[in-house]
Parts: sequence; structure tokens; C-alpha cells
Amino acid sequence: MSEEAPPKIMRRKPVTDHPMSDLLRIDRFPHVWCPTCGLGTVVNCLGTSILKTPEVDPNHIAVVSGIGCAGRGAGYLRFDSFHTTHGRALPFATGLSLSRPDMKVIVFSGDGDIVSIGGNHLIHAARRNMDMVVICVNNFIYAMTGGQTAPTTPTHARSSTSPFGNSDPPFNLPYLAASCGATYVARWTALHVRRLQKSISEVLKKKGFSFIEVISPCPTLYARLNNLGTGLDLMRFYHDNSEINNDADLKSLDINFKGKIICGKFVDLDSPTYRDRYDEENEHILGDKFIPYDLPDFPHISSNSDKEKIEK
Amino acid sequence: MKSEIRISGLGGQGVIKCAYIIGKAASIFDTKFATMTQSFGPEARGSSCSAQLVIKDDHVEYPYLQNTQILVSMSQDAYTKFETEVDDEGLILIDDSLVHPTPPRKNIRQYAIPAMKFAEETGNKIVLNIIMFGFFVAMTEGLLDYDAAVKAVETSVSSSTIDMNMKAFNKGFEYGKSLLEKEALQ
Amino acid sequence: MTGKIKQIKTVPADPRGVLTGSHYLDGDHAAAEGCIAAGSRFFAGYPITPATEIAERVSARFPRIGGIFVQMEDELASMNAILGASWGGAKAMTCTSGPGFSLMMENFGLGIMLETPCVLANVQRGGPSTGLPTLVAQSDMMQARWGSHGDYEVIALVPDSPQECFDLTITAFNYSELYRMPILIMMDECVGHMTERVIIPEADKIRIVPRRYTTESPSTYLPYKADDDLIPPMPPVGEGYRFHVTGLTHDEKGYPVMNAATQKKLVSRLINKVKDHAEEIIITDEKYMDDAEIVLLSYGITGRVAIPAIEKAREEGLKVGSMRLKTVWPFPEKRIREMSKHIKGFVFPELNMGQVVLEAERCACGNCKVVRVPHAGGWVHDPEVIYDAIKEAAK
Repeated sequence: MSEEAPPKIMRRKPVTDHPMSDLLRIDRFPHVWCPTCGLGTVVNCLGTSILKTPEVDPNHIAVVSGIGCAGRGAGYLRFDSFHTTHGRALPFATGLSLSRPDMKVIVFSGDGDIVSIGGNHLIHAARRNMDMVVICVNNFIYAMTGGQTAPTTPTHARSSTSPFGNSDPPFNLPYLAASCGATYVARWTALHVRRLQKSISEVLKKKGFSFIEVISPCPTLYARLNNLGTGLDLMRFYHDNSEINNDADLKSLDINFKGKIICGKFVDLDSPTYRDRYDEENEHILGDKFIPYDLPDFPHISSNSDKEKIEK
Repeated sequence: MKSEIRISGLGGQGVIKCAYIIGKAASIFDTKFATMTQSFGPEARGSSCSAQLVIKDDHVEYPYLQNTQILVSMSQDAYTKFETEVDDEGLILIDDSLVHPTPPRKNIRQYAIPAMKFAEETGNKIVLNIIMFGFFVAMTEGLLDYDAAVKAVETSVSSSTIDMNMKAFNKGFEYGKSLLEKEALQ
Repeated sequence: MTGKIKQIKTVPADPRGVLTGSHYLDGDHAAAEGCIAAGSRFFAGYPITPATEIAERVSARFPRIGGIFVQMEDELASMNAILGASWGGAKAMTCTSGPGFSLMMENFGLGIMLETPCVLANVQRGGPSTGLPTLVAQSDMMQARWGSHGDYEVIALVPDSPQECFDLTITAFNYSELYRMPILIMMDECVGHMTERVIIPEADKIRIVPRRYTTESPSTYLPYKADDDLIPPMPPVGEGYRFHVTGLTHDEKGYPVMNAATQKKLVSRLINKVKDHAEEIIITDEKYMDDAEIVLLSYGITGRVAIPAIEKAREEGLKVGSMRLKTVWPFPEKRIREMSKHIKGFVFPELNMGQVVLEAERCACGNCKVVRVPHAGGWVHDPEVIYDAIKEAAK
């Protein structure tokens, strides 16, 4: 024993900072989300994906949110971030993405925001194949306002505006997004953190309209109104009842109350974006006379050597 | 001097374009002020259609017609509808291959040109409005400068059709001139 | 004490977009040319009579001058798209009319709250509801002032001719950058669809206000820390500022703060940045004002329609002057209040049942007569009716 060299102790660098601290607005914590809400997990997955995707410069990411619990996402993510009005994150992001093709625009918002009040914007942004990533956190309910029925609330589930059970059928979001033209469509739950991260990493590197639905627990309203336990119980439910099937028929992805949740990456194809087609169509007709849109004038701080000096 | 003009006809006849060219001749290639307004909506896309022009040596304030001095009609409906608004001393120009006129009221001078017939003879009915424009330039005697009128046509039609349109313009213009000469002889 | 608005070094217009020369254009097309001359290269729109021609012309011109046009799914989307594009650094514009204006009001408010430079043209038609799509009115003037919820000030410019549609669209873009807010151009169907000579100057004669970007470094920059003139300089997107903006009441950092003190500070500044610079914002066109005992107030097409009435009255010896407001909001309160002490009365024709005249009445404080000349829209006033109102004021 004594002849053997002493085992090397792997010394890690002392941790002085949370690995995500560059990507989060720590000065805004504590956040507004309830204990065991899934939104923190989804934000964490987004951050981790960005850290793991060196191709994307965090300075060139913009996050746009609408209104609601998920809508607060933009407020906690330390990118150029925009907290807009209810349902309007997508058209705002459309303008931002078109004016700044050098930016990766991520819409982070909830099901009520994106699919109900913003539903028209969703179908048209998908149809145009606008270059943006949509992370739609689906908690089956309007949570910020106290648990009203959403267009995703499963039939028979209770909400504060369907106290005896929801009589409406919910939207099947992957089917909706895909049929409108989304070029990347996936569904995960807040439990599928690795797969969700992988999906986000993929879409960060992809051009076009990407749509990721994340089923996420709302312990305070959806779970309570439906006697489904805590957020942890919902996570357990996802564990026991979700099934990954990348090849699933999109029509079969309806979510029934207490029913199976089929997850997976359902669509991943390359298709020209709005900008690609706009340029191609106009150039085809105008030839040399066509001048493509260029970035507007703005001060280029990143390339300014004084910047670091000032920051120190 | 204030000239108040209505160009009228059917949607698709180039009624608005005719008014546009008159206004352009007066205000871009001459030094006058010309305000054009037009009827919008379904009627501009099929049925009865009209445009109004006010031409003045100085700024046009009130943009619409208050006293129609000149009426150009390329359809029976338009003629029937607008003939009554023409000033007693006014001027009416019609296409008599499209309009059956009533005898002119009071001191109204009324002249006709078979513009549609001429247009068909050139092989393209689309120049109807330009024939009417040429006729208008002749019959309004100096309201529009001839060279300004020519430039207005040249810059308002597609470059490949300039020759055809200039022919049409001159056809209308010459026909008008000959009418006036005949009248002077009488 | 609020300082004068910071003078930003203007730059000449990009000659690539400027159609220097005399053109025979309608007001809508002239506004489109103004948008292009002002340096706008982003336009989002949705078809609506009588504003569509603005979008049509822009969509045809943009591909040749490096612009990008997008026809959105509705007016809610159009308004938001120009906000997003403006934050991206583009000079952005949209256009609409009554029903679309109602839809845009929601996010016009977001533009006010985020302090986003952009331009919205409303080619007014008769209302309420679908109303008179092809016929003139000036009945959205109070909606322009108060149409979005909450307390705020607006800047609204009103052209009376295609030439002014061109000129004031450029002014609107410049104001939007100076005051960091969406600017309204309140056209009307008559002006929008009226064709007249429009003189477009040489590009270097058109002065453009560039965006007022911050000179702070990302580590010290605060998105809503205003300068002395109450305007906070903007951050460039994508340059490491990692700023946050929100439609919620926010502090200088741009973070939501839900309390009365923050609300007071923010809303006061949003209001005062316009109010305190009203003198610099207000533009009028005045005629026969030197000896005026009766002042005819007007804006847009109604100002032109009133001139024959004024001239007729003057021929009869009535001392009538014309003050046409090119800037309706902010309203020239001080000027009107001062004038009311020395004149017999105001006459205020509008193509609505009495909107901006309420402001004149408020400012006149009973010092002189204020004669309303309402009109439900669908056509312009008969100058005789305005003449009768002048006589009424002279009594």
C-alpha cells in the first residue's frame, strides 16, 4: 500500500456562483411561481440548453413573453427580454425576428396566452414559418388569474369557471402547430428535463418556426381544483402516464383528463422561412433591382474594445 | 380661374386614370394646382364610377365640385346621373358610341366623339380613356397645355404602350380640333 | 424642471429611398413615400379601406430599397410587429382605419408603456363600427387621445393634403425618436384618397432624427433612467445589455414594481415628457391671424374647407383668422386660453359631432364664445355652414 502513489484528489474549482447566474436575473428572485410549479424547471432547462449550445451567443438571444404565469419567464431570464401584452408575444417576436435576423428569438409563454388569445397569431406565425422558437408551457389552466378554463383544459377537468367539469374539448397543440406549418414540433413534460433540453438545443440551432409544448404542473390551481395532489404528485403522474413515441400520429395526441400523455419529437423538417421566401420571391421578379433587408444602424458595443474596460 | 370637372363612366374604362392624367398635366407638367378625388368602393370596380377634379391657378382649398363646369361621360348611367349637375354655361363631352345624349340645357355646349369606335379600330379598347383625354384637351381650349398633356400621357402609361396611347391621344385631340374648326366655319 | 428636448444631430435621408421630384400622388401614397424617406424599412399592415394604399405602395417599394414588408393576420398583430421591429432598431410603421384602430389601441398602449418609437397612421372613415368604409370622417380624434386604457399623453399630427401626408409622416418618425413613443398620423379618407402635387425634396434636404441610443455601458445602463428632458435613451438589442422591458408598471431598471410610488413616477414622466415639451411639438398653420377677432380652429381637410367661408366673411368685413392645427395632440391649451381673453370667439368645425372642440371649450373657460360646427361624417362641411357659424360667433 505504501508504495502506491496517493490517490489524486480531483479538485474542482470552488463554486462561487450558480452556473446559471449569467442567464438569470438573480436580482429579481424570489420569483412569483408557487412551490412545485413546473415553470422553474422549464426555465432551468432553457438555461441549461443555452449553456450547452455554444453556437448560440447569449447576447444574441431575445426572449419575448405574453401575460400569465409563464409570461413572467421573460422577466427572470437575463437576455434582451420583452414582457408584452396578453397573447401578443408572437407578433411582437415576428417584428423583432424580421428586423433582427441575427437574433435568436424565443417566445416563452403559456397555453392560454399562446393558444387562446394569441391563437390567431400562433397559426399565422407557424404558417409563415417565422424564424423563432416557441416554448409553450401548458399547465391546462389560466393560473395567474385564479384557475379558469383554458383551451387546453381536458374535458371533464374542473376549473374555477367550469366548477362542475369542462364540457369543451381541448386543443391538441402538436397537431395544431404542425398542421399550421411549424417545422419542429415536440411535446415533453416538466419531468423530461433531459429530452426537453435536447429539444431546445436542437431548435436553438435551427431556422424556422419551432414549437415545443411542455406539460407542466400547476399545483395551486389545476391540481387543487381537480384533487390531483401536489406538484410532486403530478410529476409522479407524468412518470407513470407519459409515453414517448416520436412516430406517433399527430391526431392521436389529445390529452384526456387523467389520461396518457404522449410525448416526443413529432416534426423536424427544413423549410424556407418567411424571410427566405420573401427574398426569393422578390428577387425572382426584380432580379438585380432587389435589395435585401439589412440590419438597421445601431451602436455595436460588442465589438467595442472600450466595453470590457468600462465593465471592469 | 377655377375649373371644376367630373370624369364619369363605368369601372374598368379608365375613368380615374383619365382624371389622373388631366390633374398630372395641369399640376406636374404645368404650374397649376389640381386636386383629384374619386368615388371608391364597389362602384369603382364595375358599375358607375366617377372622379372629380378642381384645377386652379393657386391652391385648391375646397377639394370637391361645387359647380360642375365640365362633364366627361363614357356611359349612359353616368351621363344621366351627372348631366343635371352641370352648370348652365358648362361643357359636356360624351362618347356617342356609348351615350345617347339629351338635347343640351340652356347654354351648355355638348360635344360627342365616337371614342369607343375609334378605340376598337386601334385594336385595343383600353385606350378609350386616352382618346377621351385627347378630345378633352382639344375641347377645353387651353385649359391644359398641349405639351404638358403629352408628357402626362407618356409618364402615366407603361413604356411599351406609349406609341399606342399617343396615337389614341392624337386621334381624340384631332377629332376635337376638327369639330371646333367646323363650328367656327358655321 | 424638465430640460428642453435634447437636440440630436440629424442626418440626411438615405437617397436610395427618396423619390426627389414632383409627383401626382394621393395622400396614402404620399404617406408611404414619407415613411420611406424617413428611413423606415419595416412595415406591418392589414388591409382596410381607406388606408390600404399606404401598405400597398410600401409593399411595392420596399423590395427595391432594402425594406421588409409583412402583411399580418390582423391589426393587433400589425401593431405588435412594429413594436418588436422598432426594438430591433428598425424605423417601423403601420396604417389602419377605424375598426383596425380600435384593435391597435391595446398595443398602442404597450408602445407608450415600453416607450417605443414607431408611427401609426389612421386614415379616418365614418363610424361607429364598420360605419362608412369609403367616406370621410374625423371622428377618431378622441380615440386617438384616449383610446388605450390608462393615463398617458399622445402626439397626433393631422395633414390636410398629400403634401402634408408626406411631410408630417417624416415629422412623425422624427418625433417618435425624439420623444421615444408611438406617434399618430390622423389622416382622413378625403386627404388619403385625394390626389395632388407632392414635391419630394432632395435627400440631403430631408433631415432625419436617428435613434437616441444610450452611451452607458451594459453594466451601468438602466432602460428607464431618463435624462433631464425625461427621455430615457434606448439600448441596442443584441449588444450585451440584456435589458428587460415590460408592460407592467416598472422602475428605472425596467423591472415590474407594483406600488403607488412607482406608478406615480412612471406615469408622471410618460405624461410630462409630452406636456413639458408641448411648445416644441405643436405645429400650426395660420392665416389672417394678425387682426383676428374670431378664430376658426380646425385640423386636416376641414381647415381647407373652411377657407372659402373665412374669405367670404372677411370680404364682408368680419375679422376672421384661421388656425389649423397640424398637431392636435398635445392640444395648444396655453395659446387657446390666452387668445380667448382677447377675441370674440372660436369657431370649430370638425367631421365629428364635437370632439376636439371640447378642448377648445375647456381652454376658453367661458372667456369667449366657442361655436361648434359638428358634422356626422360621410362628406366634408358645406362652406356655407361654416360661414353661418362665423356669423354666429360675430354676433
